[in-house]
Amino acid sequence: MSDACKVSVERRGEVAVLWTDGYINNQGGEEIARESYRQLESGARALVMNLEKTRIVNSIGISILIEVLERVMDKKGVLAFCNLTPTIDKTFRIMGLAQYASIYPTEEEAFQAVSARV
Amino acid sequence: MAHRKTAPPTPQATGSRDISLTIPVAPEMEIVATAQAAALGEHIGMSRDKIDEVKLALVEACINAFEHAHTRDERLHLTFRVGREEDGADWLEVEVFDQGQGFDHLRLEPPTPEQTFQGKRKRGWGLQIIRSLMDGVQISSGDWGTRIVMRKYK
Repeated sequence: MSDACKVSVERRGEVAVLWTDGYINNQGGEEIARESYRQLESGARALVMNLEKTRIVNSIGISILIEVLERVMDKKGVLAFCNLTPTIDKTFRIMGLAQYASIYPTEEEAFQAVSARV
Repeated sequence: MAHRKTAPPTPQATGSRDISLTIPVAPEMEIVATAQAAALGEHIGMSRDKIDEVKLALVEACINAFEHAHTRDERLHLTFRVGREEDGADWLEVEVFDQGQGFDHLRLEPPTPEQTFQGKRKRGWGLQIIRSLMDGVQISSGDWGTRIVMRKYK
């Protein structure tokens, strides 16, 4: 469908910034996971996920994001989210994602925070 | 779980207006359904953030049914209602009905973040998300299927 999630990425040193655009379900989550793992394998130590253009993340998508977070934590890396809608923010907190990953209002704040930790 | 031969009648809300939609059990059909919820939410002047909450609750109800209901007709029957309480409070209600095998929601153990992160159980959050996002949730289920009615006030 036309609302399938698109993922783009920019590498800034040891930090990879990913932008999502569209619905994050199992397919969208897997696309994010593929790109995240590619970045981690090529030396990124921190990921910033900017969800500004995503308004729905379903529980399957979040479960895949949790797997990404676990992989990042295994590698002693850092994962931060930014530009979440209130509904996505609330859902991340319900499922506990916010306990293990940081959430920032803006990409700049997220980037600065993770850069200071890698 | 209460077993019935046929589904119990839908509780009728006084003065409500209904729109019905049937969607096939197929990938991403839940997103088609959210467009209807959004249109009705906008119609009653609901905020975009509240509409997003209704949309996600509807998505979760649909994907639960897609994955677990094993519907006899391979369809989900959705009804969208808007109405107003006597005190003037407007609401949007979404009903998701499937003719599947039913389940006992009272015996489902809610997941926890600790189980999700430390173990293999990363799924099973649908009902918890629905209950957290909506103002009222009624679930009835039996061997006739499952009906979830979710209400959000403007």
